[in-house]
Amino acid sequence: MKPAAFTYHRARDVDGATRLLAELGDEAKLIAGGQSLVAMMNFRLARPRHLIDIGGIDGLDHLRTDAGGALRVGALATHHAVHTAPPDRLGPGHAVIRDAMRWIGHLPIRTRGTVGGSLAHADATAEWCLLATLLDAELTARGPGGRRRIAARDFFHGYYTTALEPHEMLTEITFPRPAPHAALTEFAERQGDFATVSAAVSLDLADDGALRGGRVALGGVDALPVRVPEAEEALGSGAPPGPETFARCAEAAAAAIDPPDDANGSAHYRRTLTRTLVTRACEEAMAR
Amino acid sequence: MSDTTHHPHHQQLIGLHVNGEQYEILTEPRRTLADALRHDLGITGTHVGCEHGICGACTVLLDDAPVRSCLMFAAQAEGARVRTVESLSDGRELSDLQQAFSAHHALQCGFCTPGFLMLAEGFLAERPDATKEEIREVVAANLCRCTGYQTIVEAIDDCAAARRRVAPTALAPAQDD
Ligand SMILES: Cc1cc2nc3c(=O)[nH]c(=O)nc-3n(C[C@H](O)[C@H](O)[C@H](O)COP(=O)(O)OP(=O)(O)OC[C@H]3O[C@@H](n4cnc5c(N)ncnc54)[C@H](O)[C@@H]3O)c2cc1C
Ligand code: FES
Ligand code: FES
Repeated sequence: MKPAAFTYHRARDVDGATRLLAELGDEAKLIAGGQSLVAMMNFRLARPRHLIDIGGIDGLDHLRTDAGGALRVGALATHHAVHTAPPDRLGPGHAVIRDAMRWIGHLPIRTRGTVGGSLAHADATAEWCLLATLLDAELTARGPGGRRRIAARDFFHGYYTTALEPHEMLTEITFPRPAPHAALTEFAERQGDFATVSAAVSLDLADDGALRGGRVALGGVDALPVRVPEAEEALGSGAPPGPETFARCAEAAAAAIDPPDDANGSAHYRRTLTRTLVTRACEEAMAR
Repeated sequence: MSDTTHHPHHQQLIGLHVNGEQYEILTEPRRTLADALRHDLGITGTHVGCEHGICGACTVLLDDAPVRSCLMFAAQAEGARVRTVESLSDGRELSDLQQAFSAHHALQCGFCTPGFLMLAEGFLAERPDATKEEIREVVAANLCRCTGYQTIVEAIDDCAAARRRVAPTALAPAQDD
């Protein structure tokens, strides 16, 4: 047997899970889809003494768009459920989220892996982390002391570290506003791998097609997903949306970052990827 | 409601529903579903390659959805229906999907084949109208070191086309553009 021995607990509800977390202390870990955790346990990179299975908790896999246009996703919703959600639950205003799912691993990973697990795991190139950063998502966590909401910009602290307290559990993520002209794209060595660099853009287009501004977020260029204000300036300059503006935006993004230099790619390579991917994301966002 | 606890090294009783039959096994909590199938139940059609989610040899269906059985613990499969490659054929004749793999030479050593078959079985059940492009993207989930993917894609595409001729389905809406 590959993983180290552990005690298995099955939580019936959120209170039960957080109570167990508080009782068992540092040696305990939640398990949702297991698509990151079990791989780490099989390598013995993780050796929790206690596993608290939250997979069976009812009512945490919801997915719906509010009357106000906010999209609410339960922490236990799988990537596959988001990918295949009916349009009345996930409409054109959040199509960028649906379409980003195809970049996450492969079908058998997406049928198990969950939104909450992805965000809590906080890989710097995870699609959910990039989407949360791009779209100002709000994350809801529950702990023994109650519930709190955390803005995405305060949630990610660095490689695999977040603002979650040890006894807290994510229950929901909210995308407060529709982003109808947005796109996420990336490059990975092989189909389904974590991205070397990923780029996401949301354009703010007026009804007459004028470009009023936009957001640019990157994964794989820092220890956490980042917004790039320098690149966003190019989108808010009053220039018309088109190849020249997008090229200036991409150039500004490539100049602003200080990407890591490692086995997955040199800093120069990541900068070059950033230039190409930001341009592509702008074009795809515009085409929506 | 009460939470349940199973201790390490202690054997725990786990109920598994596999290929239409209910089993009970006594094992440690750290037993993966793949190992439980192979070692506790002796259902060895499910293969184990990498044990960290990369190769897909261990793919089975869990409530009809393809999953990696090396990336879940047997205890997590309690209450779900598991289907392995053994469920495809009635023991006398191969299923249409298996026959398509054979006809298209979609296997050589066969180590990866149970995983590809269960991936395709789960995928086609959800998307009977899958295009060849979609099939190509889906089989990227699994690794085959012998065959190359061309014949695997053709086998799955051919099987899907034959099923559509027998039971025409409404064209499902495209997921991606
Ligand atoms: C081959 C392969 C390829 C992959 N490719 C990608 C990819 O390209 N992009 C990508 O984003 N991901 C990828 N993944 C990872 C996948 O998306 C996982 O689903 C995700 O990282 C974790 O979700 P999970 O539900 O499986 O969490 P688990 O593995 O169960 O848990 C992960 C961590 O999160 C914690 N946790 C889980 N749920 C909660 C919660 N509700 N509240 C607080 N903490 C929680 C756990 O304690 C654990 O520390 C890949 C995985 C594999 C095996
Ligand atoms: S053995 Fe499960 S993916 Fe390789
Ligand atoms: S047939 Fe040998 S690995 Fe695929």
